[in-house]
Amino acid sequence: MPLFYVRQARGNISRLILGLCLWIAAPMAFAEYGLNFPKPVTSVAQRILELHNMIIIICVVIFVIVFGFMFYSIFAHRKSRGFKAAKFHESTTIEVVWTVIPFLILVGMAIPSTATLIEMSDTSKSDLTVKITGYQWKWKYDYPDQDVGFFSTLATPREQIENKAEKGKNYLLEVDNPMVLPVGKKVRFIVTANDVIHAWWVPQLGIKKDAIPGFINEMWARIDEPGIYRGQCAELCGKDHGFMPIVVQAVSPEDFTKWVAMQKDKTAADSAGAAKTWGKDELMEKGKKIFASACAACHGANGEGMGPFPKLAGSKIVTGPVAGHLDIVMKGKAGTAMQAFAAQLSEVDLAAVVTFERNSFGNKTGDVVQPSQVKALRK
Amino acid sequence: MATANNADHPYGFTRWLYTTNHKDIGTLYLVFAFTMAIIGGIMSLVIRAELWQPGLQLVDPHFFNQMATVHALIMIFGFVMPGFVGLANWQIPMMIGAPDMALPRMNNWSFWILPFAATLLIMSLFMPGGGPAAGWTLYPPLSVQGGIGTDFTLLSIHLLGMSSILGSINIIATILNMRAPGMTLMKMPLFAWTWLITAFLLIAVMPVLAGTVTMLITDRHFGTHFFDAAGGGDPVLWQHVFWFFGHPEVYILVLPAFGVFSQVIPTFARKPLFGYDSMVYATASIAFLSFIVWAHHMYTVGMPLAGELFFMYSTMLIAVPTGVKVFNWISTMWRGSMTFESPMLWAVGGVFTFTIGGLSGLMLAITPADFQYHDTYFVVAHFHYVIFGASIFGIFAGVYYWIPKWTGHMYNEGLAKWHFWLTMIGFTITFFPQHFLGLAGMPRRIPDYALQFTEFNQWSTVGAFMTVAAQMIFFYVITQAIRGGARATNKVWEGAEGLEWTLPSPPPYHSFTVVPKVK
Amino acid sequence: MSAAHSGNNYYLPNPSAWPVITSAGLFFLALGFVLVMNDIKAGSWSMLLGAAIIIYMMIRWFGQVIAESEGGIYNAQVDRSFRWGMAWFIFSEVMFFAAFFGALFYVRQFSVEWIGATELLWPGYDAGWPTAGPKGPVPVVPDTIPGVNQFSPMGAWGIPAINTLILLSSGATVTWAHWGLLKDNRAQLITGLFLTIALGITFLGLQAYEYIHAYTALGLTLKTGVYGATFFMLTGFHGFHVTMGTIMLIVILGRCMAGHFRSDHHFGFEAVAWYWHFVDVVWLFLFILVYWL
Ligand code: HEA
Ligand code: HEA
Ligand code: CUA
Ligand SMILES: [Cu+2]
Repeated sequence: MPLFYVRQARGNISRLILGLCLWIAAPMAFAEYGLNFPKPVTSVAQRILELHNMIIIICVVIFVIVFGFMFYSIFAHRKSRGFKAAKFHESTTIEVVWTVIPFLILVGMAIPSTATLIEMSDTSKSDLTVKITGYQWKWKYDYPDQDVGFFSTLATPREQIENKAEKGKNYLLEVDNPMVLPVGKKVRFIVTANDVIHAWWVPQLGIKKDAIPGFINEMWARIDEPGIYRGQCAELCGKDHGFMPIVVQAVSPEDFTKWVAMQKDKTAADSAGAAKTWGKDELMEKGKKIFASACAACHGANGEGMGPFPKLAGSKIVTGPVAGHLDIVMKGKAGTAMQAFAAQLSEVDLAAVVTFERNSFGNKTGDVVQPSQVKALRK
Repeated sequence: MATANNADHPYGFTRWLYTTNHKDIGTLYLVFAFTMAIIGGIMSLVIRAELWQPGLQLVDPHFFNQMATVHALIMIFGFVMPGFVGLANWQIPMMIGAPDMALPRMNNWSFWILPFAATLLIMSLFMPGGGPAAGWTLYPPLSVQGGIGTDFTLLSIHLLGMSSILGSINIIATILNMRAPGMTLMKMPLFAWTWLITAFLLIAVMPVLAGTVTMLITDRHFGTHFFDAAGGGDPVLWQHVFWFFGHPEVYILVLPAFGVFSQVIPTFARKPLFGYDSMVYATASIAFLSFIVWAHHMYTVGMPLAGELFFMYSTMLIAVPTGVKVFNWISTMWRGSMTFESPMLWAVGGVFTFTIGGLSGLMLAITPADFQYHDTYFVVAHFHYVIFGASIFGIFAGVYYWIPKWTGHMYNEGLAKWHFWLTMIGFTITFFPQHFLGLAGMPRRIPDYALQFTEFNQWSTVGAFMTVAAQMIFFYVITQAIRGGARATNKVWEGAEGLEWTLPSPPPYHSFTVVPKVK
Repeated sequence: MSAAHSGNNYYLPNPSAWPVITSAGLFFLALGFVLVMNDIKAGSWSMLLGAAIIIYMMIRWFGQVIAESEGGIYNAQVDRSFRWGMAWFIFSEVMFFAAFFGALFYVRQFSVEWIGATELLWPGYDAGWPTAGPKGPVPVVPDTIPGVNQFSPMGAWGIPAINTLILLSSGATVTWAHWGLLKDNRAQLITGLFLTIALGITFLGLQAYEYIHAYTALGLTLKTGVYGATFFMLTGFHGFHVTMGTIMLIVILGRCMAGHFRSDHHFGFEAVAWYWHFVDVVWLFLFILVYWL
């Protein structure tokens, strides 16, 4: 495809230079060594890669030609080599030439770009819809048609982040529950956010869209081959912006249906748990886990707090009446990163984490909060 | 710096506090810019040090975000913009044959707002909850979450904006009203031209920034819903208004540098600037286009297709006039009789690095491709190539070019060359690898990253420390030149043209006390 | 003070303490404002100090400029510099308002509609203008008393229409005053200015009444969603500029009574007149885009 642009470049020298920079550009454009986009797995990503390679080559060509002239002149037209300065200082023809030629090159770039963009923006005729919601700092994936929904949070242990443990192969790019998608199906994503702006991006799928609170963006992907594809949040969303990765697991349609069934059982189990009365120990144990995944990032592993995030050890709210404590955990605090966890955690989880906070880091209220109490406050 | 021959002004400290003299004020601006550059440079080292290896080592993520934010604000509003106003103050009156700026008292005012604004900005870092951590683009709702530190920043931005507007009004009034007889606009040195257009851009967009910052303040504290969907607002509204300021802003940062290049290159090529007229028109068209491309920073917010196409095309168009400038510079060098004193090194180096950044900018302009580049280190590489590679190279070129005129002493050329080469190499080691980091998928504004990004980040960190270290040489060379050294002739450079070179070095306190004749 | 360096045909003011002190004033004002917003009491003192410094400095600084001007040491070139300065300052003000008009345009043309289209997030919200958003109170017919969780937008044909007439005629009266100045008819100059100021104050009075009415009777406040925000920010900043303009006019009136200005030398007067016309024009846009359409 670069051949088309050879015609733009004039003269043998430039043809020679073109060869030269294809040689330079080639590794840049096609190498596997993380010098270019990771391997595309959707037709769109593929087209973007080709587009990108094309532009990069054009740019390198232009660059080499332009600076070929400059460096030749730097080398040849020096005073030290006794070169006498010429007097010319304008030429309308040449000004026109180097206005028109770049313009044509740009038109040449704009055409394929427009085509790709139009293809990307057509989300119609999709086989499956997934709703993506960004939270500080985790993702929620809902499959409205399958009525399945779950949160997806960073799975890398804090020890690794704090350099207390050997870092794993997928450091910072691993989650507890990946998004599972069937291959060969056109998936329509509807993207929004709950608190601040996030952006959902998986390089190998070639899609990135901002998740904006109160608005919905759409995009689509049809994954060709099964596999695990990793990405990250791509819009600064606060303290842990760097710690809300995305993992997409592409499986065969059959496995996908199996997976959906499994998810359904899980949710059933949860609601069963909400009915029964729990013992303090099981709540404490469960609460410890929830706290680590949902709260520790801001309030500290031992509730010591950090920066703008209040400490929970000895906090008035935590050691005060249960109702107040549940209220802030469930409804959140407007204008801060403290969000409404009622929408994020099951009744059992909420009961467990509140019980845990009230009886840990030196807080000794002795209270045991039951899922039923939480349910009462829901609605 | 400005020596005080035949002048009646208070001495000592009050001279600088009360001065209405364009040279003194220029010096103040440059000293301020220098200080800010060092602070911003050190902050960038905090960033780079944390990114030396995966995992959290030095700073917690919240502080890292504050560093990135304040680094950017200080470098742009504290270093580059005042730096160029400093050059303008020193040079424009001398270049157009005026005794001083048009509105000297206001000139002093626009400077003295800056230190106070900077104080507010720095103070924000020491507030409970820390400074601004939403990035220099301050996108709500995240910026609405920030604590009192964010308010310090927002008010600081208000003051910085005032200062820029007042300064620009002064520069425009000077250029339009103080030119020596015979100095027609189309005879004016290009540095004056680019500044005239820059000043226009500043007056046009700084108030818009003030407006949207005001909306952010009222959303934060007075219950308005500009950026909140629940009240019928839209977070993206901020982005539109901010980038309506933001994109012209980036040309505000670069046009004066273009002006410096256009002064320096002919001097050392000993050949008049090629295509003066087209240079002026190109600059004007860049300025015009800069008002209709802003949403190329927002391709991923989900604009309607028509919008994305419009902004893609208009953005790509900017490559044309900018290209004209690059080609003109190279044609000026072509068949000249060149020597490479440090101003020339910085200018040629600047054209070179700027073009790299410009071409990556063009890649970013391609909407579908930008879906992959956006908010990755590819963008970080792009804008450091254009800002550092053009704006800052331009400031250095200007300082080395004119400092013999200002001080009356030649600087140490040998050391200056070292300064250039070390900075050039350090800069390249810092920012070239970031292109690859971006393509490989490393997002920007993260304090910690996946293992495959380690190697390039280490290159980048090494380069950063090298770059900052190289600035010590600059400091030494400049102080040396201020203190003394070989006497500079009036013309200083063999190939120099223009009114400033007809004055003695150093020039009298009030540049032209008798009106010069321009043929 | 006399011009430094007589003997050349340039005017160069002597070193001055006003600018740096004024900047300090701005600093205390800004600092205080931040503290007050985050309800830290000390802030109000800092604001007071800052405001005091700024007002004092303006009096001294402008006082000096006026003295120099009347002292006849400003030549034609200085006069031109001032004119350019004022013209570009007004342009910057125009752009400041442009930001808010732009916001109004964007929400009315795009975002409100988009919110209405996202049933998934905002079920049952029917978009339209005026609006306070899906979670805000619901608009009723202009100038009718709203019920609970309702608000009444501001109609165009009551006070706003009257205010339009007032400002337009005030524009005419300054011009009339200017004519007076040009043909050295002091009486006409002073009556003209006096009328302009009177009209300006009436405008502000009505505007204040309108605000009180909005807050007390119409359930329309700064917090009333994006309509309230755009309405009060636009009209508020305009009102602020009218206040400034009126104060400037009063100063000019004082100077005229003190016999300042000559038919061929009255930049101060013209600057203020320009400024007054500017707030006038802004109001026209407000009336059409905020109140009427
Ligand atoms: C000095 C500052 C400066 C300058 C001059 C530029 C110049 C340009 N910039 Fe850049 N830009 C920034 C500073 C600057 N930018 C900053 C700070 C950001 C990030 C902000 C943030 O998010 O924090 C940014 C981000 C940015 C983006 C958003 C990326 C993203 O966030 O996804 C885009 C997208 O279009 C862009 C494009 C361009 C273009 C097309 C130019 C053009 O003006 C370049 C034109 C020059 C050339 C093209 C090279 C010379 C021309 C030739 C040799 C002629 C022949 C060439 C051809 C025919 C192709 N820039
Ligand atoms: C003028 C603008 C400018 C300059 C000069 C720099 C300089 C540097 N920047 Fe910065 N940077 C930005 C503007 C700038 N940057 C912006 C806008 C962002 C985006 C922030 C955001 O995401 O919100 C950013 C973000 C940014 C990041 C990404 C942070 C992140 O996304 O997490 C990084 C990381 O490496 C970085 C590094 C550096 C380094 C190593 C330098 C070094 O090159 C610094 C070296 C030292 C100097 C340049 C000083 C030299 C000058 C002098 C000694 C003074 C001479 C003065 C006179 C003659 C008067 N910068
Ligand atoms: Cu979520 Cu960044
Ligand atoms: Cu831009």
